[in-house]
Amino acid sequence: MNKYFKIFKNGIIDENPTFVLLLGMCPTLGTTSSAFNGLSMGLATTAVLILSNLIISLIKNLVPDKVRIPSYIVVIASLVTILQMVIKAYAPEVDKSLGLFIPLIVVNCIILGRAEAFAAKNGPVESIFDGIGIGIGFSLALTLLGAVREFLGAGAIFGFTLQGENYGMLLFVLAPGAFLALGYLIAIVNQLRSKK
Amino acid sequence: MEYILIFITAIFVNNIVLSQFLGICPFLGVSKKVSTASGMGLAVTFVLTLATIVTYLIQKFVLDPNGLAYLQTIAFILVIAALVQMVEIILKKVSPSLYQALGVFLPLITTNCCILGVAILVIQKDYNLLQGVVYAVSTALGFYLAMVIFAGLREQLAMTKVPKAMNGMPIALVTAALLSMAFMGFSGVDGGLKILFGLD
Repeated sequence: MNKYFKIFKNGIIDENPTFVLLLGMCPTLGTTSSAFNGLSMGLATTAVLILSNLIISLIKNLVPDKVRIPSYIVVIASLVTILQMVIKAYAPEVDKSLGLFIPLIVVNCIILGRAEAFAAKNGPVESIFDGIGIGIGFSLALTLLGAVREFLGAGAIFGFTLQGENYGMLLFVLAPGAFLALGYLIAIVNQLRSKK
Repeated sequence: MEYILIFITAIFVNNIVLSQFLGICPFLGVSKKVSTASGMGLAVTFVLTLATIVTYLIQKFVLDPNGLAYLQTIAFILVIAALVQMVEIILKKVSPSLYQALGVFLPLITTNCCILGVAILVIQKDYNLLQGVVYAVSTALGFYLAMVIFAGLREQLAMTKVPKAMNGMPIALVTAALLSMAFMGFSGVDGGLKILFGLD
């Protein structure tokens, strides 16, 4: 159990994909205009990540080394296509707000990165835990960034208004706010880590 | 006129990196020097234009007539991966000097989300082939422009003193935010052009 907990914690804290590894920046910046959008993107990526880690750890011995990467990409792309259909059918409003970024999960470097760095070297159970850990780390980071942007930009978190009616710093909901908020969040994380 | 509108909108108003957040990885990753940034920009321009044409033809002549539109994501990513590999092999043979210049950047392009993103966007926006090509070329030029400006800023930034926690990525992101704000100044230009050209 201890071993699995370690893998799990590794994904959330030590190798947090957003704040420490700095991977998958496109969806991180593009979908975090609100906490809810960030969370849904995080969960969508987590689902793909867990399944792709599982499948790749199962097929790793069947795939010849030379065509490893293309076959991983096909696995990931198939999972993303399934996910896209599920989201379209059951949560059309999520599909609308995430839009183009759902098919783009395919080229999210976190997923291929974990496939290559973890799933291709470990068993299925460890790989699932790695997927859950990294996925939760990614989701937390996206939700945090979304919450910060939503709070500063629209005075609300998850749609609950916390500031006055007329409050609004639109900049944080628009493009520059994404870069700005992420930059300062990473700086804060760096500061905390260096003190440890 | 319509093409001029697509051109200006894609470069300045809806800049692929600074307002649509596609292709952030190379934008942050290979922008420490102007020369490498412009190499990456060139490689992306080249592949993006080719990939858009090929994926457009595949969508219209293979996927749509056979009712396979749901295979779009898988088909496109495979086509892009194969295309990148092919471009690499052809360049090596035909133009070794260009291959030398683009060399290291080519394999990285497969996972550059702006290629797949633009290929899907062209289909979503229901462009015809010519409009799609103009859109792809201007998007790539927008990417090139953002890359080179950002690399220039970072070259200057490397010589300044930055608080320790802000060093590296955080300060680069804040710089990108300022650049993005500068590009926000262009918002509304597309609406003005539409009225000017009488396209509304």
